[in-house]
Amino acid sequence: MNWLTNFVLPKIRAVVAPSKEVPDNLWDKCPNCGQMLFHRELEANLYVCRACGHHMRIDAERRLKLMFDDGKFTRIELPKPLVDPLKFRDRKKYVDRLKETQAKRGPNSDALAVAHGTIGGSAAVVAVFEFEFMGGSMGMAVGDGLLAAARLAVLQEAAMIVVPSSGGARMQEGILSLMQMPRTTIAVEEVKDAGLPYIVVLADPTTGGVSASFAMLGDITLSEPGAVIGFAGARVIEETIREKLPEGFQRAEYLLDHGMVDKVVARGDLHDTLARIIGMLRRRMPPAEVVPLPSRSEAKAEERS
Amino acid sequence: MRHFLDFEQPLAELDSKIEELRHISDGGDLNIADEVARLESKADKILRQTYQKLSAWQKVQIARHPERPHASDYIQALITDFTPLAGDRGFGEDRAIVGGLGRFRGYSVVVLGTEKGADTEARVRHNFGMAKPEGYRKVRRLMELADRFGLPVLTLVDTAGAYPGVEAEARGQAEAIARSIEGCLKLKVPLIATIIGEGGSGGAMALAAGNAVLMLEHSIYSVISPEGCASILWRSAENAKDAAEALRLTAQDLLKLGVIDQIVPEPLGGAHRSASETMTRTGDAIDAALRPLLGMDGKALKAQRRDKFLAMGKKGL
Ligand SMILES: [Zn+2]
Repeated sequence: MNWLTNFVLPKIRAVVAPSKEVPDNLWDKCPNCGQMLFHRELEANLYVCRACGHHMRIDAERRLKLMFDDGKFTRIELPKPLVDPLKFRDRKKYVDRLKETQAKRGPNSDALAVAHGTIGGSAAVVAVFEFEFMGGSMGMAVGDGLLAAARLAVLQEAAMIVVPSSGGARMQEGILSLMQMPRTTIAVEEVKDAGLPYIVVLADPTTGGVSASFAMLGDITLSEPGAVIGFAGARVIEETIREKLPEGFQRAEYLLDHGMVDKVVARGDLHDTLARIIGMLRRRMPPAEVVPLPSRSEAKAEERS
Repeated sequence: MRHFLDFEQPLAELDSKIEELRHISDGGDLNIADEVARLESKADKILRQTYQKLSAWQKVQIARHPERPHASDYIQALITDFTPLAGDRGFGEDRAIVGGLGRFRGYSVVVLGTEKGADTEARVRHNFGMAKPEGYRKVRRLMELADRFGLPVLTLVDTAGAYPGVEAEARGQAEAIARSIEGCLKLKVPLIATIIGEGGSGGAMALAAGNAVLMLEHSIYSVISPEGCASILWRSAENAKDAAEALRLTAQDLLKLGVIDQIVPEPLGGAHRSASETMTRTGDAIDAALRPLLGMDGKALKAQRRDKFLAMGKKGL
């Protein structure tokens, strides 16, 4: 296992209770239909609008919670890649942008969170994107994080599930962000080569270099309803090609119709759907039948006959 | 008439003066011949000076030069018995991708390239080098053919990127690119990728996950076009120059980052000034990169490719 020497093994970190943000407002407004929703009720409904069924973006911690059995999981610490390898600056320095975002989202954090636990009793490693972290963009940290997740899945003989929610590559890491396309493809291949299921749950949005690599290589591809999924941005298509976009273009249901995803799954059904699929892929035999031992008198009666 | 780039204007002026003098002298007038020689040496000096310190943005312009040799030119110059093969067997034939069987210096190979086209008619036919899903699926198909028969794969990358259109999205552009990258990484034969002009984003990556990645001296390779990057990060496409610098998209920077393996030197003034010299140099570089790989078995080739991509990002600039 030579990768042990050239790759940092993910350190197991104790579960940290998510900081309970007290909502400054008791009400949230659905961005899709405008319905006012009572915050506590919205949270109980997994951030799905009860009026229109719109699936709002949720943070990594909440997503992990709804995916694992009983909401229990263990986050792992991810490798820390070289910071700002290109010394990139636009109107602002990339290092400053990173620091600002990390000040809000946690020290050393990036756009990916990885945890392990069980789903329907089967071992599972789940990697979820944090869209709030620079649009979920994929740079070295995300690539290394997915590689760490894949290797943990192989070590634990667990299924690997990835939930992308990303605008694509992180421009501030230039060519190295592009190189995450082959690097994450290698991560997927390691899981598949080990005979383990690799399942993708496309969440809003999945576009650019993220969609054109690991996100489209699932053994099974699920999607959240209404998620925007595609390679080129809709705006780019409209502006450069001047083509009229059809109704529902690049939405999960559009991809389902075009044969690009297996199933659109409501957030509330995700855990059970994953549990069922992983169970069928990994436990192929019917469970052994429980046969009661014959009682002594019965056994004797059988002997006599 | 040669096409001059905006930063080559002093050269353009000298060039037209020389042309004019030649036109009036018919070679008989010694004074004029002297003047022509003087102007030519001056032009040569300016050319040398300009090309010694090219900015990233200037390289972007050279990489997109309309007279720069395209994939088909390389195939014509470097591949004998070229037998083009068409189609993805699912939907159609994408002429943005040229490919087929041929011989490179005697060896049977599969060659694949993104083709921009040399004139208006060809550009339209090749969709300006921007491939659709069927193009990337053809890449995957021909790579599998190469794998089955143990033929090395040579790719020639020159594209602004994958085609951003409704139909391309409907047919699964993202999936097609992902499978093409996966196809590169699965190969048990050598894959030598050469960026000959523009290496634009995922559309280039689809053909470039190689055992060796070569880049012509003034070609570019980037996650996003400088214009696209500028309009997002600077909120104005006019900052494309700044974005070009920041993205580190030149062959020289990418070699330092370990993303590419070798730079192929171009003739003075860029590949378009001497296509034949460019072809010879590129052919020699591909040959040199290919030879050590020919002796390796399939498993080792795959491992070498994977290790190379996994090691990227360990060193910065
Ligand atoms: Zn709603």
